[in-house]
Amino acid sequence: MQSLTWIEIIGGISFQLLPVWIALILTFGFSNYYKRRLGLYGKLFDSTIGMIGFAIVMFWVFSGIFAGIFDWIITHDPLHQVSGMKNKLPGTPMRGAEEGEYPYYLFGGDHLARDVFSRMIAGGTVVILIAPLATLFAFMVGITLGLPAGYYGKRLDTNLSFLANLILAFPVILLFYLLVTPEIRATGLPQYLTVVLFAFPLIFIAVLINSRFQTTPTARNIYLTLALFIVGWTYISVINQPESKITLFNSIDLFDIDGGLLTVFVAVVFVNSPTVFRIVRGLTMDIKTRDYVAAAQTRGEGAWYIMLWEILPNARGPLIVDFCLRIGYTTILLGTLGFFGLGLEPESPNWGATINGGRKLLSIHPTPAIVPSVALVSLVLGLNLLADGLREESLRD
Amino acid sequence: MLRFFLRRLAVMVVTAFTLSLIVFFITNMYPNLEKSAKYDGNFRMGDDAVLSYLTNRGYLQPFYIKYGQWLGVLPGYVIKGSDEKTRRRCQVLGMTVEDTPKYCGIIQGNWGYSTMFKEQVGPIVVTRLGLTGKLMLYVMMLMIPASLVLGILAGMREGSKTDRGLSTFAITTTATPEYVSSIIFIAVFASSAVGLKWVKGTATGAMEDATIDNFLLPVLTIALYGMGYIARMTRASMAEVMTSQYIRTARLKGIIFYRIVIKHALRNALIAPFTVIMLQFPWLLNGVVIVETIFNYKGIGWVLVQAAGNNDIEMLLAVSVISVFVVLVTQLISDIGYVYLNPRIKVT
Repeated sequence: MQSLTWIEIIGGISFQLLPVWIALILTFGFSNYYKRRLGLYGKLFDSTIGMIGFAIVMFWVFSGIFAGIFDWIITHDPLHQVSGMKNKLPGTPMRGAEEGEYPYYLFGGDHLARDVFSRMIAGGTVVILIAPLATLFAFMVGITLGLPAGYYGKRLDTNLSFLANLILAFPVILLFYLLVTPEIRATGLPQYLTVVLFAFPLIFIAVLINSRFQTTPTARNIYLTLALFIVGWTYISVINQPESKITLFNSIDLFDIDGGLLTVFVAVVFVNSPTVFRIVRGLTMDIKTRDYVAAAQTRGEGAWYIMLWEILPNARGPLIVDFCLRIGYTTILLGTLGFFGLGLEPESPNWGATINGGRKLLSIHPTPAIVPSVALVSLVLGLNLLADGLREESLRD
Repeated sequence: MLRFFLRRLAVMVVTAFTLSLIVFFITNMYPNLEKSAKYDGNFRMGDDAVLSYLTNRGYLQPFYIKYGQWLGVLPGYVIKGSDEKTRRRCQVLGMTVEDTPKYCGIIQGNWGYSTMFKEQVGPIVVTRLGLTGKLMLYVMMLMIPASLVLGILAGMREGSKTDRGLSTFAITTTATPEYVSSIIFIAVFASSAVGLKWVKGTATGAMEDATIDNFLLPVLTIALYGMGYIARMTRASMAEVMTSQYIRTARLKGIIFYRIVIKHALRNALIAPFTVIMLQFPWLLNGVVIVETIFNYKGIGWVLVQAAGNNDIEMLLAVSVISVFVVLVTQLISDIGYVYLNPRIKVT
């Protein structure tokens, strides 16, 4: 068989990505049609920059989901090595392709004879899985600590700010090397950190419900029990791992997360939360001087009600923008971890590790390193553009 | 002013102290000690051999005693090991027993011994820091003027075509981490596959004598990542200044546009970027680690990666204390500089 030309490669990739194109067109069609009823999200479709950013981000979200759940898009197993495909150029026909197998390596093979295109898509799945969730957790930690620090001030603020500055003064890479090595995982330190950091969403949800329904105790008790039951059980399942330092709840453990994945997750949350804390604290200090906060205080509302239901909703604009930016930053951090070979399995298709793997033969055979690099930049760029569009549109009213 | 300065200094010392305590604690956990023992001794050591190796070299003393020795407030250990050899913490190679001082911690100016480089930590750190300093100097020389010009040009006429174009460029550079941009640069400018063999893809030669040939790519990589952010800050602050009353007055008086920008707007527009440039240092440190690894430039970032990979405890401690001081000193400079540039603000 002949190798594919560049036009055929682009055609083949576009065809493989067909489900993504359909999903994108549907999303844009519906959102654009109903944009007047969709609030800030709908307003995004008035800004070109925001729309471009949103399209790039959704491209990766859809391809990550379709590849991760339905196994679409991917042409070959991202971990499978095919003999004779080492360092092949894009569009090389696959040697010994069987019936039903995709007959080409669309982006060529890497130094271990794996399909570069499939690894790029699979790497997207890893990022889509970890980055938004880790950022969300960092926000919950930052909000739960930043609101009282900004609202009460004084001693509490001084102490929490000192802690945050302490973590921020660490160079990120040193922190990763201290937290995310197999030796450290053996000591159980990341797991204890998980126990602390993952408790914050639990506290956050409990306080949120409690402050809202404090005046109607029956409703509050029902909601609170329900929420604590679900979230609490998930929490226990996450922190508990058989054959590790925390095995107390083995009997009710629902699922296990790969230790390396969990360590990476915790490290990323740990690095991000001090910055979120500082932002939330600053916003709170600004908003607490407003009249509606004074009105709520005069009404005799509780401190947590004011923080969570008066201050937080009014700080949402900058927080949403920062959320988008921070997902991008988290993506970069995950790449850094992969690049230094920390955390995830070495053969895992995450972008950072793939870039590092392709680095050695860069001057002779650049595709295996360039493809994931461009993928990573496009996702982060998309998130930055999206944040820019959101900022512009939220400032407009 | 003096009180402010002293208070910041105290916070700095407390922060560095706490951080060194944390690093000390983590690097001294048993699995990590095992790693350094196996690296220093040999990789096939059994559990017993590791244990006697660690005991003989004082690694298994209680935590606070080890930390006290490192600080220099407790006397260094003297241990007669299981191999009948007496080891002293403070006995540097070539020192007789009588010459050996009792205390040798950082208070005495002794940063300890690197198990990886087989040398005293202090001299290594000084040379490596010098190399990184050289890299940083060139980065600053490229990054600051470029980003300020970029930001001023973009912010001068908000919403214009130039503004849109430059802002998109700035966003793209912030979205490109160092490990990606360096890969792309090497592939394009240094690889034999594409053919543009303009410069070298490694900076090893730059340690001795830096030329454009071997130093351009690493400097460009770090500068580009930091540039976008500073340029955006400059743009925002410039755009704000350009809408102010005194600029309008100047325009109404009929002064030429470029004169207004240079004489009236520039100084006020540069206050915000100054603080941002200073606060960029911790970020640049990160970039330095990545770039030094990729381009094989053996500065302090390269040392950090090597030391962390082999759990070289005293080296790691030295590097983390230094980086913390760099971060905190730049914060202090940024605060003080802000006051000098902006007479409306007073230090409290």
